Amino acid sequence: MTHNNFWLKKIEISVSEAEKRTGRNAMNMQETYTAYLIETRSVEHTDGQSVLTDSLWRRYSEFELLRNYLLVYYPHIVVPPLPEKRAEFVWHKLSADNMDPDFVERRRIGLENFLLRIASHPILCRDKIFYLFLTQEGNWKETVNETGFQLKADSRLKALNATFRVKNPDKRFTDLKHYSDELQSVISHLLRVRARVADRLYGVYKVHGNYGRVFSEWSAIEKEMGDGLQSAGHHMDVYASSIDDILEDEEHYADQLKEYLFYAEALRAVCRKHELMQYDLEMAAQDLASKKQQCEELATGTVRTFSLKGMTTKLFGQETPEQREARIKVLEEQINEGEQQLKSKNLEGREFVKNAWADIERFKEQKNRDLKEALISYAVMQISMCKKGIQVWTNAKECFNKM
Amino acid sequence: TPSPDLLMARSFGDKDLILPNGGTPAGTSSPASSSSLLNRLQLDDDIDGETRDLFVIVDDPKKHVCTMETYITYRITTKSTRVEFDLPEYSVRRRYQDFDWLRSKLEESQPTHLIPPLPEKFVVKGVVDRFSEEFVETRRKALDKFLKRITDHPVLSFNEHFNVFLTAKDLNAYKKQGIALLTRMGESVKHVTGGYKLRTRPLEFAAIGDYLDTFALKLGTIDRIAQRIIKEEIEYLVELREYGPVYSTWSTLEGELAEPLEGVSACIGNCSTALEELTDDMTEDFLPVLREYILYSDSMKSVLKKRDQVQAEYEAKLEAVALRKEDRPKVPADVEKCQDRMECFNADLKADMERWQNNKRQDFRQLLMGMADKNIQYYEKCLMAWESIIPLLQEKQEAK
Repeated sequence: MTHNNFWLKKIEISVSEAEKRTGRNAMNMQETYTAYLIETRSVEHTDGQSVLTDSLWRRYSEFELLRNYLLVYYPHIVVPPLPEKRAEFVWHKLSADNMDPDFVERRRIGLENFLLRIASHPILCRDKIFYLFLTQEGNWKETVNETGFQLKADSRLKALNATFRVKNPDKRFTDLKHYSDELQSVISHLLRVRARVADRLYGVYKVHGNYGRVFSEWSAIEKEMGDGLQSAGHHMDVYASSIDDILEDEEHYADQLKEYLFYAEALRAVCRKHELMQYDLEMAAQDLASKKQQCEELATGTVRTFSLKGMTTKLFGQETPEQREARIKVLEEQINEGEQQLKSKNLEGREFVKNAWADIERFKEQKNRDLKEALISYAVMQISMCKKGIQVWTNAKECFNKM
Repeated sequence: TPSPDLLMARSFGDKDLILPNGGTPAGTSSPASSSSLLNRLQLDDDIDGETRDLFVIVDDPKKHVCTMETYITYRITTKSTRVEFDLPEYSVRRRYQDFDWLRSKLEESQPTHLIPPLPEKFVVKGVVDRFSEEFVETRRKALDKFLKRITDHPVLSFNEHFNVFLTAKDLNAYKKQGIALLTRMGESVKHVTGGYKLRTRPLEFAAIGDYLDTFALKLGTIDRIAQRIIKEEIEYLVELREYGPVYSTWSTLEGELAEPLEGVSACIGNCSTALEELTDDMTEDFLPVLREYILYSDSMKSVLKKRDQVQAEYEAKLEAVALRKEDRPKVPADVEKCQDRMECFNADLKADMERWQNNKRQDFRQLLMGMADKNIQYYEKCLMAWESIIPLLQEKQEAK
């Protein structure tokens, strides 16, 4: 897959290998992990030949770091998700072990997909840290951390608080959040049931293998029937073993669904950011309004709102006009500042909504395209399975006919 | 006394067999003419029914509700040109216990022959619904097979009880009559009630015995495998029935994807239906026939044992004579009778075994081809379902 990036050249990215490594972790303990080889090639326009420009090894945690950075610096973008850290929705034959070669292979493909998604995103592909991820093996982690992105990240608590207290979020985001919750729920359910379906289908095919053995044994005591039985038995063995490849292919379909399961989380993150910003805005507006009111009260001498100053004044006597003047001055300054801040927050908020919504529209198109493709490939898999089934049973029928 | 049918039948079965002295025993009527003998001979080899002269069909099950009990009767239609039948066509109603009666009578009156098995008599109430359409249909097919096997048999099809079963208006009256009279053949063979131990089974019968043992074993295994497959398929079906609707739920969340997702949901629904049809067919058509063959081979084994008894009796009597010096060199009549009986039995059994082997090959060929067919049909239904939604999935939606 070739994409444009800010190198102004077409590049190809591939995660071509996976390797088991041992090393020491942050707590100086021995650990085993898998490292992935990322190769970047630039494609010359003239002859279409690709030249290897960069090649380095990264482990999963570094991919996670990259993503976390992108989440902080591009909160208005639906950031592509990573493949799952641990195997979930497995049906019994598949291993849930992270070191299992099939899992590692599928993860390799998932990581490649992640990088390709970023590289094909009009905004994310220009990011410097992403560029360095592909090109600078050593020191990359330090470079990312130096951006101080962790400090800029919104705390989860703050985000949760905002969700519950925001008064006027943009309805489109509220709906979108609702949609992403439902999407997450329905795809989870789908993946769970699909895993069970795969399990059962496996059982059906494998039991047919027993026919192979018993037909063989039976054919030994038969004269005319023997050959037909024996060869039919062979076809039953073929049938039984065909399920392994069939279900292997289906795992790719499951992975495509999983990507969008995780994308739902990314969608929700954008919605949460909007809620946070909106809440901030509402709080700032509220604060400004109360300060203005206070100011007005002080100036006119009427106390409409309860204030501590008002209470203490009542208890301990009124303040002097000088004191009052001083307070009014402070408040007027704060009000000024507040108005500036509110203005910029408003602007920020509107910018965010505009940019986020643009990316969300882009995401929706991508989602519809991708999932349609996934459904088509699933249908094609089923068709292939049916055709194989017809073939095998037709062969068996011919053998039975010769009995 | 052996029926004259046996004397006639033997001539095509085994040329080396020693015929008993004397002609047809007194007191029994000779069966028809040589033309019917010809028919009987041809009946054996002929499959397409062109020279058949007896056709029997079991159909039209009906439920009868009486004060004491509820039961099912089946219509038996007989068409025949045989002289043993007064009319060319008969139609009677019979219930299971009538079939059971017929089978006992045949076993009694034709002890040297293999009588086809009946479907199981007792069904566990509560587990199987005796009056469900599926059960009744399965039973009807088995009863039809039972009568057809008798019809095809050159000796059994001429049995008097069989004739009455097919033709009598009031079978119960005849049944009551039968209790008092035992057929002569039945009596004489019933004499051999055991107490004689056979030393060695002749090689050819030992081979048959071994074959039947292994055969029953293999059939038992196939029965278990088939049941297991059906069980797994049903569990697969349960999951599919949950799987399909989830796509439907998803489609309610979507815009452009709604139709494709709904299409996939419907497709899975169609596959589920096809699978259900497959499991129903296998349960109704495949398993019962398999089980019946196990019963069939059990019947053959008990006939083998009876034959052993007859041989044992003969050998015992022969030995006894050898010890009694005064009867030498003439062999007494009763020992000769024993020898007769044994040789009759051997011939009948071998002929029946050969016929059974042939029929078994046809029956299993048909049964297994049927199984393959049902699976092919299942996959074809699924294939059609999935192929039909490809265009739906590929359809580009107009910009809304």
